[in-house]
Amino acid sequence: MGAAPLGGAGPLIDVHAHFYHDGCGRANWRQLNASRLSAGRLIGVTWHVGSILGSWGATSPTYFQSPADTIAGNDAMLAMQAVVPDGIRTWAAVNPNDTGLALRELERCSARGAIGLKLAAARRAADPLLDPLMEFAAAQQWPVLHHAWQHRRGPVAGQDASDALDLALLARRHPRVAIILAHLGGGGDWRHTVAAARDVPNLHLDLSGSGADRGMLDCALDAVGARRLVWGADLTLDTGLAKLWALDAIGLSGADRDAVRWRNAVALFPPGAFPGLAR
Amino acid sequence: MSRRSETDVSALIGPYPFRDVPHPDPDVLVRVLDREGIAFAWVGHLPTAFHRDPAAGNDQLYRALEPHRQRLRPAPAVRPDWPDWQRELRRATDEGAAAIRTWPRHWGLDAGHGALQELAMACSAQRLPLVLTVRFEDSRQRHALDVAGDLDAATIRGIARAGTGVKVVVVAASRALIEEVHWGLTAEERALTWYDTSWLWGPPEDDFAHLLRTIGADRLLYGTGWPLRLAQVTRANLALLPDELRSVKLADAGSW
Repeated sequence: MGAAPLGGAGPLIDVHAHFYHDGCGRANWRQLNASRLSAGRLIGVTWHVGSILGSWGATSPTYFQSPADTIAGNDAMLAMQAVVPDGIRTWAAVNPNDTGLALRELERCSARGAIGLKLAAARRAADPLLDPLMEFAAAQQWPVLHHAWQHRRGPVAGQDASDALDLALLARRHPRVAIILAHLGGGGDWRHTVAAARDVPNLHLDLSGSGADRGMLDCALDAVGARRLVWGADLTLDTGLAKLWALDAIGLSGADRDAVRWRNAVALFPPGAFPGLAR
Repeated sequence: MSRRSETDVSALIGPYPFRDVPHPDPDVLVRVLDREGIAFAWVGHLPTAFHRDPAAGNDQLYRALEPHRQRLRPAPAVRPDWPDWQRELRRATDEGAAAIRTWPRHWGLDAGHGALQELAMACSAQRLPLVLTVRFEDSRQRHALDVAGDLDAATIRGIARAGTGVKVVVVAASRALIEEVHWGLTAEERALTWYDTSWLWGPPEDDFAHLLRTIGADRLLYGTGWPLRLAQVTRANLALLPDELRSVKLADAGSW
Protein backbone atom coordinates (compact mmCIF):
# COMPACT_ATOMS: atom_id res chain seq x y z
CA MET A 1 0.00 0.00 0.00
CA GLY A 2 1.35 3.43 -0.89
CA ALA A 3 1.85 6.29 1.53
CA ALA A 4 -1.10 8.54 2.28
CA PRO A 5 -1.35 11.48 -0.12
CA LEU A 6 0.46 14.56 1.14
CA GLY A 7 -2.48 16.70 0.11
CA GLY A 8 -4.97 14.68 2.11
CA ALA A 9 -7.48 11.99 1.34
CA GLY A 10 -10.10 12.16 -1.36
CA PRO A 11 -10.24 13.31 -4.96
CA LEU A 12 -8.18 16.29 -6.04
CA ILE A 13 -8.47 18.02 -9.42
CA ASP A 14 -5.75 20.34 -10.67
CA VAL A 15 -7.65 22.61 -13.04
CA HIS A 16 -4.51 24.44 -14.12
CA ALA A 17 -1.80 22.05 -15.23
CA HIS A 18 0.74 22.46 -18.02
CA PHE A 19 2.67 19.86 -19.94
CA TYR A 20 5.47 20.19 -22.46
CA HIS A 21 6.34 18.53 -25.76
CA ASP A 22 9.39 18.27 -27.94
CA GLY A 23 8.65 21.52 -29.71
CA CYS A 24 8.47 23.60 -26.57
CA GLY A 25 12.08 24.64 -26.52
CA ARG A 26 12.76 22.86 -23.25
CA ALA A 27 15.35 20.12 -23.68
CA ASN A 28 14.18 18.50 -20.45
CA TRP A 29 10.50 18.44 -21.42
CA ARG A 30 10.10 14.75 -20.60
CA GLN A 31 11.61 15.30 -17.17
CA LEU A 32 9.28 18.24 -16.54
CA ASN A 33 6.23 16.16 -17.43
CA ALA A 34 7.45 13.25 -15.33
CA SER A 35 8.13 15.56 -12.39
CA ARG A 36 4.59 16.94 -12.54
CA LEU A 37 3.07 13.48 -12.58
CA SER A 38 5.38 12.21 -9.85
CA ALA A 39 4.69 15.16 -7.57
CA GLY A 40 1.02 14.84 -8.40
CA ARG A 41 1.03 11.24 -7.19
CA LEU A 42 2.70 12.29 -3.93
CA ILE A 43 0.18 15.07 -3.38
CA GLY A 44 -2.78 12.92 -4.40
CA VAL A 45 -3.81 14.71 -7.59
CA THR A 46 -6.40 12.48 -9.21
CA TRP A 47 -6.89 14.55 -12.37
CA HIS A 48 -4.57 17.01 -14.11
CA VAL A 49 -6.48 19.24 -16.52
CA GLY A 50 -3.72 20.53 -18.72
CA SER A 51 -2.77 22.56 -21.71
CA ILE A 52 0.31 23.39 -23.70
CA LEU A 53 0.50 27.03 -24.58
CA GLY A 54 1.56 27.32 -28.19
CA SER A 55 5.20 26.44 -28.42
CA TRP A 56 6.22 28.25 -25.24
CA GLY A 57 8.31 30.50 -27.39
CA ALA A 58 10.03 27.98 -29.66
CA THR A 59 8.43 28.95 -32.95
CA SER A 60 5.90 31.58 -31.88
CA PRO A 61 5.55 33.63 -28.72
CA THR A 62 4.10 31.92 -25.67
CA TYR A 63 1.08 34.18 -25.54
CA PHE A 64 0.63 34.70 -29.27
CA GLN A 65 0.81 31.20 -30.63
CA SER A 66 0.72 30.54 -34.35
CA PRO A 67 -1.86 28.22 -35.92
CA ALA A 68 0.80 25.54 -36.31
CA ASP A 69 1.82 25.79 -32.66
CA THR A 70 -1.83 25.80 -31.58
CA ILE A 71 -2.51 22.55 -33.39
CA ALA A 72 0.78 20.94 -32.32
CA GLY A 73 0.18 21.91 -28.71
CA ASN A 74 -3.34 20.54 -28.63
CA ASP A 75 -2.21 17.35 -30.37
CA ALA A 76 0.51 16.89 -27.76
CA MET A 77 -1.91 17.49 -24.92
CA LEU A 78 -4.47 15.07 -26.32
CA ALA A 79 -1.70 12.51 -26.74
CA MET A 80 -0.81 12.93 -23.06
CA GLN A 81 -4.47 12.33 -22.22
CA ALA A 82 -4.47 9.21 -24.35
CA VAL A 83 -1.41 7.87 -22.53
CA VAL A 84 -2.85 8.61 -19.09
CA PRO A 85 -6.60 8.37 -19.67
CA ASP A 86 -7.40 7.92 -16.01
CA GLY A 87 -5.45 10.97 -14.83
CA ILE A 88 -5.14 13.64 -17.51
CA ARG A 89 -7.72 15.79 -19.25
CA THR A 90 -7.23 18.45 -21.91
CA TRP A 91 -7.97 22.11 -22.23
CA ALA A 92 -8.24 23.01 -25.91
CA ALA A 93 -6.02 26.09 -26.17
CA VAL A 94 -6.60 28.47 -29.05
CA ASN A 95 -5.68 31.95 -30.25
CA PRO A 96 -8.87 34.03 -30.74
CA ASN A 97 -7.21 36.11 -33.44
CA ASP A 98 -7.52 33.12 -35.79
CA THR A 99 -11.24 32.83 -35.20
CA GLY A 100 -12.06 30.35 -37.92
CA LEU A 101 -9.18 28.08 -37.08
CA ALA A 102 -9.91 28.42 -33.38
CA LEU A 103 -13.48 27.21 -33.87
CA ARG A 104 -12.36 24.33 -36.05
CA GLU A 105 -9.73 23.47 -33.49
CA LEU A 106 -12.29 23.44 -30.70
CA GLU A 107 -14.50 21.09 -32.72
CA ARG A 108 -11.53 18.85 -33.45
CA CYS A 109 -10.34 18.77 -29.83
CA SER A 110 -13.85 18.22 -28.53
CA ALA A 111 -14.22 15.19 -30.76
CA ARG A 112 -10.94 13.84 -29.35
CA GLY A 113 -11.90 14.32 -25.72
CA ALA A 114 -11.00 17.85 -24.66
CA ILE A 115 -13.23 19.12 -21.86
CA GLY A 116 -12.71 22.89 -21.77
CA LEU A 117 -11.44 26.00 -23.51
CA LYS A 118 -8.13 27.61 -22.53
CA LEU A 119 -7.48 31.20 -23.48
CA ALA A 120 -4.31 33.01 -22.61
CA ALA A 121 -3.31 36.50 -23.64
CA ALA A 122 -3.40 36.87 -27.39
CA ARG A 123 -6.48 39.06 -27.16
CA ARG A 124 -7.95 40.85 -24.17
CA ALA A 125 -10.85 39.02 -22.54
CA ALA A 126 -13.46 41.68 -23.18
CA ASP A 127 -12.79 41.73 -26.93
CA PRO A 128 -15.79 40.69 -29.10
CA LEU A 129 -13.48 38.33 -30.96
CA LEU A 130 -13.90 35.96 -28.03
CA ASP A 131 -17.68 35.80 -28.41
CA PRO A 132 -17.91 32.94 -30.94
CA LEU A 133 -15.53 30.91 -28.80
CA MET A 134 -17.61 31.57 -25.73
CA GLU A 135 -20.75 30.53 -27.62
CA PHE A 136 -19.02 27.29 -28.51
CA ALA A 137 -18.14 26.78 -24.85
CA ALA A 138 -21.73 27.44 -23.81
CA ALA A 139 -23.05 24.91 -26.32
CA GLN A 140 -20.57 22.28 -25.13
CA GLN A 141 -21.06 23.09 -21.43
CA TRP A 142 -17.34 23.75 -21.28
CA PRO A 143 -15.72 26.00 -18.70
CA VAL A 144 -13.18 28.53 -19.91
CA LEU A 145 -9.85 28.85 -18.14
CA HIS A 146 -8.59 32.33 -18.90
CA HIS A 147 -5.05 33.49 -18.16
CA ALA A 148 -5.07 36.61 -15.99
CA TRP A 149 -2.76 39.25 -14.67
CA GLN A 150 -3.97 40.29 -11.27
CA HIS A 151 -4.59 44.04 -11.62
CA ARG A 152 -3.11 45.08 -14.91
CA ARG A 153 -1.93 48.63 -14.39
CA GLY A 154 -0.59 49.08 -17.92
CA PRO A 155 0.81 47.11 -20.82
CA VAL A 156 2.40 43.79 -19.86
CA ALA A 157 5.42 42.75 -21.88
CA GLY A 158 4.84 39.76 -24.11
CA GLN A 159 1.10 39.49 -23.68
CA ASP A 160 -2.25 41.22 -24.07
CA ALA A 161 -3.00 40.41 -20.48
CA SER A 162 -6.48 40.54 -19.06
CA ASP A 163 -7.30 41.21 -15.46
CA ALA A 164 -10.38 40.49 -13.39
CA LEU A 165 -12.17 43.59 -14.68
CA ASP A 166 -11.78 42.35 -18.25
CA LEU A 167 -12.89 38.87 -17.27
CA ALA A 168 -15.89 40.26 -15.42
CA LEU A 169 -17.02 41.99 -18.62
CA LEU A 170 -16.69 38.73 -20.52
CA ALA A 171 -18.48 36.79 -17.80
CA ARG A 172 -21.39 39.24 -17.73
CA ARG A 173 -21.70 39.02 -21.51
CA HIS A 174 -21.77 35.21 -21.34
CA PRO A 175 -23.61 34.33 -18.15
CA ARG A 176 -24.11 30.70 -19.21
CA VAL A 177 -20.36 30.07 -19.34
CA ALA A 178 -18.34 29.30 -16.24
CA ILE A 179 -15.11 31.25 -16.47
CA ILE A 180 -12.14 30.31 -14.32
CA LEU A 181 -9.81 33.22 -13.69
CA ALA A 182 -6.34 31.69 -13.79
CA HIS A 183 -3.76 31.58 -11.03
CA LEU A 184 -4.83 33.97 -8.30
CA GLY A 185 -1.28 33.56 -7.02
CA GLY A 186 0.25 33.94 -10.45
CA GLY A 187 1.41 37.51 -10.28
CA GLY A 188 -0.12 40.89 -9.60
CA ASP A 189 -2.43 42.26 -6.96
CA TRP A 190 -4.79 39.44 -6.05
CA ARG A 191 -6.80 41.70 -3.73
CA HIS A 192 -7.84 43.70 -6.79
CA THR A 193 -8.94 40.49 -8.48
CA VAL A 194 -10.94 39.33 -5.49
CA ALA A 195 -12.74 42.67 -5.29
CA ALA A 196 -13.52 42.69 -9.00
CA ALA A 197 -14.77 39.09 -9.01
CA ARG A 198 -16.92 39.30 -5.89
CA ASP A 199 -20.25 40.03 -7.57
CA VAL A 200 -19.79 38.08 -10.80
CA PRO A 201 -21.36 34.70 -10.09
CA ASN A 202 -20.02 32.83 -13.13
CA LEU A 203 -16.44 33.97 -12.49
CA HIS A 204 -14.46 31.41 -10.49
CA LEU A 205 -10.95 31.73 -9.10
CA ASP A 206 -8.22 29.15 -9.40
CA LEU A 207 -5.78 29.23 -6.51
CA SER A 208 -2.70 28.25 -8.46
CA GLY A 209 0.51 30.17 -9.00
CA SER A 210 3.86 30.51 -7.33
CA GLY A 211 2.55 33.33 -5.16
CA ALA A 212 1.88 32.09 -1.65
CA ASP A 213 1.00 35.28 0.17
CA ARG A 214 -0.55 34.85 3.57
CA GLY A 215 -4.03 36.32 3.57
CA MET A 216 -4.76 35.46 -0.05
CA LEU A 217 -6.82 32.34 0.65
CA ASP A 218 -8.72 33.94 3.51
CA CYS A 219 -9.48 37.00 1.42
CA ALA A 220 -10.73 34.95 -1.55
CA LEU A 221 -12.89 32.78 0.69
CA ASP A 222 -14.43 35.78 2.37
CA ALA A 223 -15.19 37.49 -0.91
CA VAL A 224 -16.49 34.77 -3.22
CA GLY A 225 -16.98 31.78 -0.92
CA ALA A 226 -15.71 28.22 -1.24
CA ARG A 227 -18.14 27.40 -4.05
CA ARG A 228 -16.31 29.67 -6.48
CA LEU A 229 -12.77 28.56 -5.71
CA VAL A 230 -11.00 25.72 -7.48
CA TRP A 231 -7.63 24.23 -6.66
CA GLY A 232 -4.78 24.21 -9.13
CA ALA A 233 -1.01 24.28 -9.22
CA ASP A 234 0.09 25.81 -12.55
CA LEU A 235 3.90 25.76 -12.62
CA THR A 236 4.55 25.13 -8.92
CA LEU A 237 3.12 22.05 -7.27
CA ASP A 238 4.93 22.97 -4.06
CA THR A 239 2.83 26.08 -3.56
CA GLY A 240 -0.21 24.06 -4.59
CA LEU A 241 0.46 21.61 -1.78
CA ALA A 242 1.21 24.43 0.65
CA LYS A 243 -2.16 25.98 -0.19
CA LEU A 244 -3.97 22.71 0.47
CA TRP A 245 -2.36 22.61 3.90
CA ALA A 246 -3.12 26.27 4.43
CA LEU A 247 -6.80 25.73 3.65
CA ASP A 248 -6.82 23.19 6.46
CA ALA A 249 -4.93 25.60 8.73
CA ILE A 250 -7.48 28.37 8.23
CA GLY A 251 -10.24 25.96 9.16
CA LEU A 252 -12.00 25.18 5.90
CA SER A 253 -14.81 22.78 6.74
CA GLY A 254 -15.16 19.31 5.23
CA ALA A 255 -17.79 20.21 2.66
CA ASP A 256 -16.08 23.42 1.62
CA ARG A 257 -12.76 21.64 1.51
CA ASP A 258 -14.16 19.04 -0.88
CA ALA A 259 -15.71 21.80 -2.95
CA VAL A 260 -12.39 23.53 -3.50
CA ARG A 261 -10.48 20.27 -4.00
CA TRP A 262 -12.78 18.70 -6.60
CA ARG A 263 -16.53 19.11 -6.32
CA ASN A 264 -16.59 22.60 -7.84
CA ALA A 265 -14.46 21.42 -10.75
CA VAL A 266 -16.70 18.46 -11.39
CA ALA A 267 -19.69 20.80 -11.50
CA LEU A 268 -17.96 23.20 -13.90
CA PHE A 269 -16.89 20.64 -16.48
CA PRO A 270 -19.21 18.62 -18.72
CA PRO A 271 -20.90 15.60 -17.17
CA GLY A 272 -18.67 12.55 -17.28
CA ALA A 273 -15.45 14.53 -17.66
CA PHE A 274 -13.96 12.75 -14.66
CA PRO A 275 -15.15 9.14 -14.57
CA GLY A 276 -15.93 8.04 -11.06
CA LEU A 277 -16.56 11.56 -9.78
CA ALA A 278 -20.21 12.50 -9.72
CA ARG A 279 -21.60 15.99 -9.40
CA MET B 1 4.84 16.99 16.60
CA SER B 2 8.40 15.94 15.97
CA ARG B 3 10.63 18.75 14.85
CA ARG B 4 11.64 18.84 11.24
CA SER B 5 13.96 21.78 11.55
CA GLU B 6 15.78 23.66 14.23
CA THR B 7 15.61 27.25 13.04
CA ASP B 8 13.56 29.37 10.67
CA VAL B 9 15.91 32.16 9.59
CA SER B 10 13.47 34.39 7.72
CA ALA B 11 10.54 35.13 10.04
CA LEU B 12 9.34 38.63 10.80
CA ILE B 13 6.74 40.24 12.99
CA GLY B 14 4.76 43.42 12.58
CA PRO B 15 2.57 44.88 9.85
CA TYR B 16 3.50 45.46 6.22
CA PRO B 17 2.75 48.89 4.78
CA PHE B 18 1.43 47.80 1.38
CA ARG B 19 -1.15 45.14 2.24
CA ASP B 20 -2.92 43.68 5.21
CA VAL B 21 -1.09 40.67 6.64
CA PRO B 22 -3.14 38.56 9.06
CA HIS B 23 -2.04 38.70 12.71
CA PRO B 24 1.75 39.10 12.31
CA ASP B 25 2.26 38.64 16.03
CA PRO B 26 4.82 36.69 18.07
CA ASP B 27 2.33 34.42 19.82
CA VAL B 28 0.88 33.44 16.45
CA LEU B 29 4.37 32.80 15.13
CA VAL B 30 5.03 30.41 18.01
CA ARG B 31 1.90 28.44 17.08
CA VAL B 32 3.01 28.38 13.45
CA LEU B 33 6.41 27.04 14.48
CA ASP B 34 4.68 24.31 16.47
CA ARG B 35 2.48 23.42 13.51
CA GLU B 36 5.42 23.36 11.12
CA GLY B 37 7.70 21.43 13.46
CA ILE B 38 10.30 24.18 13.82
CA ALA B 39 12.10 24.71 17.09
CA PHE B 40 13.29 28.33 16.86
CA ALA B 41 13.04 31.39 14.66
CA TRP B 42 15.25 34.36 14.01
CA VAL B 43 12.72 37.15 14.05
CA GLY B 44 13.05 40.53 12.42
CA HIS B 45 10.73 43.53 12.65
CA LEU B 46 9.00 44.13 9.34
CA PRO B 47 8.07 47.81 9.75
CA THR B 48 11.66 48.73 10.56
CA ALA B 49 12.69 48.11 6.97
CA PHE B 50 10.63 51.16 6.10
CA HIS B 51 11.96 53.38 8.88
CA ARG B 52 14.94 55.65 8.33
CA ASP B 53 16.26 55.09 11.85
CA PRO B 54 15.85 51.48 13.00
CA ALA B 55 16.28 52.15 16.74
CA ALA B 56 12.60 52.49 17.67
CA GLY B 57 11.66 49.43 15.64
CA ASN B 58 14.34 47.44 17.40
CA ASP B 59 12.88 48.57 20.75
CA GLN B 60 9.51 47.21 19.66
CA LEU B 61 11.06 43.97 18.48
CA TYR B 62 12.84 43.30 21.79
CA ARG B 63 9.71 44.08 23.79
CA ALA B 64 7.45 41.98 21.59
CA LEU B 65 9.71 38.95 21.73
CA GLU B 66 10.39 39.15 25.46
CA PRO B 67 7.70 36.59 26.48
CA HIS B 68 8.85 34.17 23.78
CA ARG B 69 12.63 34.31 23.99
CA GLN B 70 12.95 30.56 24.37
CA ARG B 71 11.71 30.16 20.80
CA LEU B 72 11.96 33.54 19.09
CA ARG B 73 15.38 35.09 18.83
CA PRO B 74 15.65 38.70 17.77
CA ALA B 75 17.24 39.66 14.50
CA PRO B 76 17.27 43.44 14.87
CA ALA B 77 18.13 45.89 12.12
CA VAL B 78 21.31 47.93 11.85
CA ARG B 79 21.69 50.75 9.36
CA PRO B 80 25.42 51.19 8.83
CA ASP B 81 25.37 54.69 7.33
CA TRP B 82 23.42 56.12 10.29
CA PRO B 83 25.22 58.18 12.95
CA ASP B 84 26.40 56.03 15.85
CA TRP B 85 25.07 52.87 14.19
CA GLN B 86 27.42 50.86 16.36
CA ARG B 87 25.08 51.56 19.27
CA GLU B 88 22.38 49.38 17.71
CA LEU B 89 24.91 46.63 17.18
CA ARG B 90 26.01 46.81 20.82
CA ARG B 91 22.38 46.72 21.88
CA ALA B 92 21.84 43.67 19.70
CA THR B 93 24.69 41.90 21.41
CA ASP B 94 23.40 42.87 24.84
CA GLU B 95 19.92 41.64 23.91
CA GLY B 96 21.22 38.27 22.78
CA ALA B 97 20.37 38.76 19.13
CA ALA B 98 20.73 35.73 16.87
CA ALA B 99 21.54 37.74 13.76
CA ILE B 100 21.52 41.23 12.30
CA ARG B 101 19.24 42.32 9.48
CA THR B 102 20.08 45.19 7.19
CA TRP B 103 18.03 46.54 4.29
CA PRO B 104 20.42 47.94 1.65
CA ARG B 105 17.80 48.76 -0.98
CA HIS B 106 15.46 50.45 1.44
CA TRP B 107 18.27 52.59 2.80
CA GLY B 108 19.85 53.37 -0.54
CA LEU B 109 23.04 51.39 0.03
CA ASP B 110 24.26 49.89 -3.23
CA ALA B 111 26.94 47.37 -4.09
CA GLY B 112 29.84 49.76 -3.67
CA HIS B 113 28.81 51.34 -0.39
CA GLY B 114 31.59 50.97 2.15
CA ALA B 115 29.18 51.06 5.08
CA LEU B 116 27.90 47.59 4.21
CA GLN B 117 31.40 46.18 4.49
CA GLU B 118 31.93 48.02 7.78
CA LEU B 119 28.76 46.44 9.09
CA ALA B 120 29.86 43.01 7.87
CA MET B 121 33.17 43.46 9.64
CA ALA B 122 31.47 44.52 12.87
CA CYS B 123 29.01 41.62 12.72
CA SER B 124 31.87 39.23 12.19
CA ALA B 125 33.64 40.61 15.25
CA GLN B 126 30.49 40.00 17.29
CA ARG B 127 29.96 36.57 15.69
CA LEU B 128 26.56 37.67 14.43
CA PRO B 129 25.33 36.49 11.03
CA LEU B 130 24.19 39.21 8.63
CA VAL B 131 20.78 38.63 7.02
CA LEU B 132 20.07 40.19 3.62
CA THR B 133 16.53 40.13 2.24
CA VAL B 134 16.01 39.99 -1.50
CA ARG B 135 12.29 40.79 -1.57
CA PHE B 136 9.12 40.99 0.46
CA GLU B 137 6.68 40.45 -2.39
CA ASP B 138 6.54 39.35 -6.00
CA SER B 139 7.63 42.27 -8.16
CA ARG B 140 4.39 42.11 -10.18
CA GLN B 141 2.19 43.17 -7.31
CA ARG B 142 4.05 46.01 -5.71
CA HIS B 143 2.50 49.26 -4.59
CA ALA B 144 3.39 52.34 -6.62
CA LEU B 145 5.30 53.69 -3.63
CA ASP B 146 7.24 50.45 -3.17
CA VAL B 147 10.17 51.37 -5.36
CA ALA B 148 13.12 49.84 -3.50
CA GLY B 149 13.32 46.88 -5.86
CA ASP B 150 14.84 43.48 -5.24
CA LEU B 151 18.25 43.25 -3.64
CA ASP B 152 20.68 42.52 -6.45
CA ALA B 153 23.31 39.82 -6.62
CA ALA B 154 26.14 42.34 -7.02
CA THR B 155 25.44 43.87 -3.62
CA ILE B 156 25.39 40.44 -2.00
CA ARG B 157 28.59 39.40 -3.74
CA GLY B 158 30.20 42.66 -2.68
CA ILE B 159 29.53 41.85 0.97
CA ALA B 160 30.52 38.20 0.63
CA ARG B 161 33.75 39.08 -1.17
CA ALA B 162 34.88 41.66 1.38
CA GLY B 163 36.84 39.15 3.42
CA THR B 164 35.24 40.14 6.70
CA GLY B 165 34.57 36.60 7.87
CA VAL B 166 30.91 37.34 8.48
CA LYS B 167 28.32 34.65 7.89
CA VAL B 168 25.97 36.01 5.21
CA VAL B 169 22.41 34.69 5.09
CA VAL B 170 20.42 35.64 1.99
CA VAL B 171 16.66 35.22 2.38
CA ALA B 172 13.78 35.28 -0.14
CA ALA B 173 16.04 34.61 -3.11
CA SER B 174 15.06 32.48 -6.07
CA ARG B 175 17.28 30.05 -7.92
CA ALA B 176 18.71 32.46 -10.50
CA LEU B 177 19.96 34.94 -7.93
CA ILE B 178 21.33 32.21 -5.67
CA GLU B 179 23.32 30.77 -8.55
CA GLU B 180 24.54 34.18 -9.58
CA VAL B 181 25.87 34.79 -6.11
CA HIS B 182 27.13 31.30 -5.28
CA TRP B 183 29.05 30.68 -8.49
CA GLY B 184 30.42 34.22 -8.34
CA LEU B 185 32.27 33.53 -5.11
CA THR B 186 35.44 31.66 -4.27
CA ALA B 187 35.21 28.40 -2.35
CA GLU B 188 36.14 30.25 0.86
CA GLU B 189 33.50 32.91 0.25
CA ARG B 190 30.86 30.31 -0.61
CA ALA B 191 31.56 28.56 2.68
CA LEU B 192 30.36 31.69 4.53
CA THR B 193 27.22 32.32 2.45
CA TRP B 194 23.85 30.63 2.94
CA TYR B 195 20.39 30.97 1.39
CA ASP B 196 16.97 30.35 2.87
CA THR B 197 14.36 28.15 1.20
CA SER B 198 11.29 30.36 1.36
CA TRP B 199 11.16 31.45 -2.31
CA LEU B 200 12.42 28.34 -4.10
CA TRP B 201 10.26 26.52 -6.65
CA GLY B 202 9.56 22.83 -6.36
CA PRO B 203 8.21 20.48 -9.03
CA PRO B 204 7.97 20.43 -11.95
CA GLU B 205 10.73 23.02 -12.37
CA ASP B 206 12.46 21.53 -9.33
CA ASP B 207 14.69 24.48 -8.53
CA PHE B 208 14.96 23.34 -4.92
CA ALA B 209 16.11 19.84 -5.89
CA HIS B 210 18.50 21.32 -8.44
CA LEU B 211 20.16 23.51 -5.83
CA LEU B 212 20.45 20.63 -3.40
CA ARG B 213 22.31 18.71 -6.11
CA THR B 214 24.51 21.59 -7.21
CA ILE B 215 25.35 24.00 -4.40
CA GLY B 216 24.50 21.43 -1.70
CA ALA B 217 22.19 21.13 1.28
CA ASP B 218 24.82 22.67 3.54
CA ARG B 219 24.28 26.03 1.81
CA LEU B 220 20.52 26.08 2.38
CA LEU B 221 18.74 27.10 5.55
CA TYR B 222 15.11 26.53 6.47
CA GLY B 223 13.08 29.68 5.97
CA THR B 224 9.37 30.43 5.94
CA GLY B 225 9.14 34.10 5.06
CA TRP B 226 6.32 34.31 7.60
CA PRO B 227 4.12 36.40 7.96
CA LEU B 228 4.27 37.44 4.31
CA ARG B 229 4.47 33.91 2.87
CA LEU B 230 2.60 30.73 3.71
CA ALA B 231 4.92 28.99 6.17
CA GLN B 232 3.98 25.64 4.60
CA VAL B 233 5.91 26.20 1.36
CA THR B 234 9.29 24.90 2.54
CA ARG B 235 7.67 21.89 4.22
CA ALA B 236 5.90 21.16 0.94
CA ASN B 237 9.12 21.48 -1.02
CA LEU B 238 10.89 19.05 1.28
CA ALA B 239 8.02 16.57 1.10
CA LEU B 240 8.03 16.65 -2.71
CA LEU B 241 11.74 15.98 -3.17
CA PRO B 242 12.65 12.99 -5.31
CA ASP B 243 13.52 9.81 -3.46
CA GLU B 244 17.29 10.24 -3.55
CA LEU B 245 17.00 13.63 -1.85
CA ARG B 246 14.22 12.82 0.58
CA SER B 247 16.55 12.33 3.57
CA VAL B 248 18.56 15.46 2.94
CA LYS B 249 19.43 17.64 5.92
CA LEU B 250 19.61 21.37 5.47
CA ALA B 251 22.20 23.45 7.26
CA ASP B 252 21.23 24.41 10.79
CA ALA B 253 21.80 28.01 11.77
CA GLY B 254 20.92 27.11 15.33
CA SER B 255 24.25 25.34 15.69
CA TRP B 256 26.30 28.47 14.87
